[in-house]
Amino acid sequence: MNRITTCILAASAFVFIAPALAQSPAPKVDPAVVEAFVAATWKSTTGDWRARVDQDETQKACTASNNEPTGPLFDQIRDRETAAVIFPADGKVLGDWKKGAQVAQRGTGGQFTDQANTYRGGNCYACHQMSKAEVSYGTLGPSLNGYGKLHRFDAAEARKTYAKIYNSMSVMPCSQMPRFGHSKFLSEEQIKDVVAYLYDPESPVNK
Amino acid sequence: MRIRTSAIAALTAACAVLGVGLLAGGHAQGQQPEQDLSEKEIERYRAMISDPISNPGFLNVDRGEQLWSLKRGAKNVSLETCDLGVGPGKLEGAYAKLPRYFADAGKVLDLEQRLLFCMTTLQELDTKDVIARRFSGPGRVSDMEDLVGFIANKSSGMKIEPQVSHPKEQEMLAVGEAMFYRRSAVMDFSCATCHAAEGKRIRLQGLPDFSKPGKAAQETMGSWPTYRVSQSQMRTMQHRLWDCYRQMRMPAPDYASDGLTALTVFMMKQAQGGEITVPSIKR
Ligand code: HEC
Ligand code: HEC
Repeated sequence: MNRITTCILAASAFVFIAPALAQSPAPKVDPAVVEAFVAATWKSTTGDWRARVDQDETQKACTASNNEPTGPLFDQIRDRETAAVIFPADGKVLGDWKKGAQVAQRGTGGQFTDQANTYRGGNCYACHQMSKAEVSYGTLGPSLNGYGKLHRFDAAEARKTYAKIYNSMSVMPCSQMPRFGHSKFLSEEQIKDVVAYLYDPESPVNK
Repeated sequence: MRIRTSAIAALTAACAVLGVGLLAGGHAQGQQPEQDLSEKEIERYRAMISDPISNPGFLNVDRGEQLWSLKRGAKNVSLETCDLGVGPGKLEGAYAKLPRYFADAGKVLDLEQRLLFCMTTLQELDTKDVIARRFSGPGRVSDMEDLVGFIANKSSGMKIEPQVSHPKEQEMLAVGEAMFYRRSAVMDFSCATCHAAEGKRIRLQGLPDFSKPGKAAQETMGSWPTYRVSQSQMRTMQHRLWDCYRQMRMPAPDYASDGLTALTVFMMKQAQGGEITVPSIKR
């Protein structure tokens, strides 16, 4: 029984080894009709959860452009998302890399079967290689192994990375990477910790 | 009981191998030999669990058969005159052509929606209790899972024949496709984030690519409903979609709602011609 349980736990962990750009054929239906179906499908959803059903401007634009925005739309999304990045008040973007390892590893939280206080993880490993020691990682995103070293542990670079993790689309409109800070899925502290995980010379990412 | 235990033992063995092989090598480079070994192990386990006698899902099929002929509701009649699209009371091949447009309902329905329709109209059964038990759990059987198991089994060995000629069916197909690519919620995910590339796998199970028609979609859609060993229950597509929306951090979709039927129409279309072998058994 134990093995089954372990196996199930392992397999149901929140992991997505996902593809990048989906090739959606041109829309053949009025978006208003689609939204009417969406509304009917979550008719009994109320309260805070309601906001998750509706798309924000950026999700709408990415869906409509098949995640390949061009020209002015590209700039529009990038500018909007850039304006929405909130840096820590004291300007410090590096937290505790050891806590950052948890943020990177864990994929729990935020599901309708979770408690409100269930730990929320960033699950970076689902899409990125980070520490060489962790061999279970996805390949949707680029490898981040040696990331801090690559950026010469530079403070200005770390600030850019904070912005990237806070809002991936401020750098790359319609990225498949979640906008962790923007959606408040991760806290400011968690983002600082994971930036430290990428930038601390002692972190296994840079070993 | 003995037979059932052996299926679970096989799964345990497969999991043990996979636990090492796939968790370690799944998406990392290298580790090829271990992965090949795991593939074989999965194959062996699949062959074994497809055996009707070792698949507990057939208990649901039996219960579903009884429910089909059970008289209940204000009218105290059975479901035996319910038209699932191929004629009143006709079960053979009905599931292979669902979802489809029903003139009496004026819309496209999947099997679960159709059963609820028949319960309400034919039997005049208050479906509140049936809906409350839509997903079985410890000490709670689900009439819907049992009925779907029974009815779908009557299409086993047949090919998936998506119904997309009626304008309403065409609309459902287009809506389903749009919903498949619709990004939302705190992770900005769509179904395509996880299900639009070939040969991806999450540990034990593959992540089927529904972005194009073909084998992946056929094998997947042809194997639902399924007995899920990890949950010790029979599950239908309604439950699978509920679970995927959970992973997407969306709120729980309403049971038997039209959006889920639209998604099913889209996936069945991608699975056209696939062979139905149900109830299957999965992790
Ligand atoms: C759903 C998959 C996914 C998840 C989860 C994810 N990322 Fe990403 N990430 C991507 C993709 C795809 C890219 C490349 C496209 C882009 O730049 O947005 C990327 C890019 C990045 C980059 C920029 C890399 C460069 O080229 O400089 C950083 C840094 C990064 N991710 C960090 C993280 C961290 C930290 C986490 C966890 C908190 C995380 N990612 C979670 C998909 C993901
Ligand atoms: C975050 C990743 C993710 C997203 C997004 C996602 N799924 Fe899934 N899906 C999974 C996983 C994981 C499995 C199960 C694999 C397993 O259990 O072994 C799965 C399984 C399935 C299956 C059954 C596959 C089989 O082999 O039997 C179907 C059908 C499916 N998903 C459809 C969808 C649809 C439709 C959507 C959008 C509403 C969606 N998924 C969104 C991860 C995802």
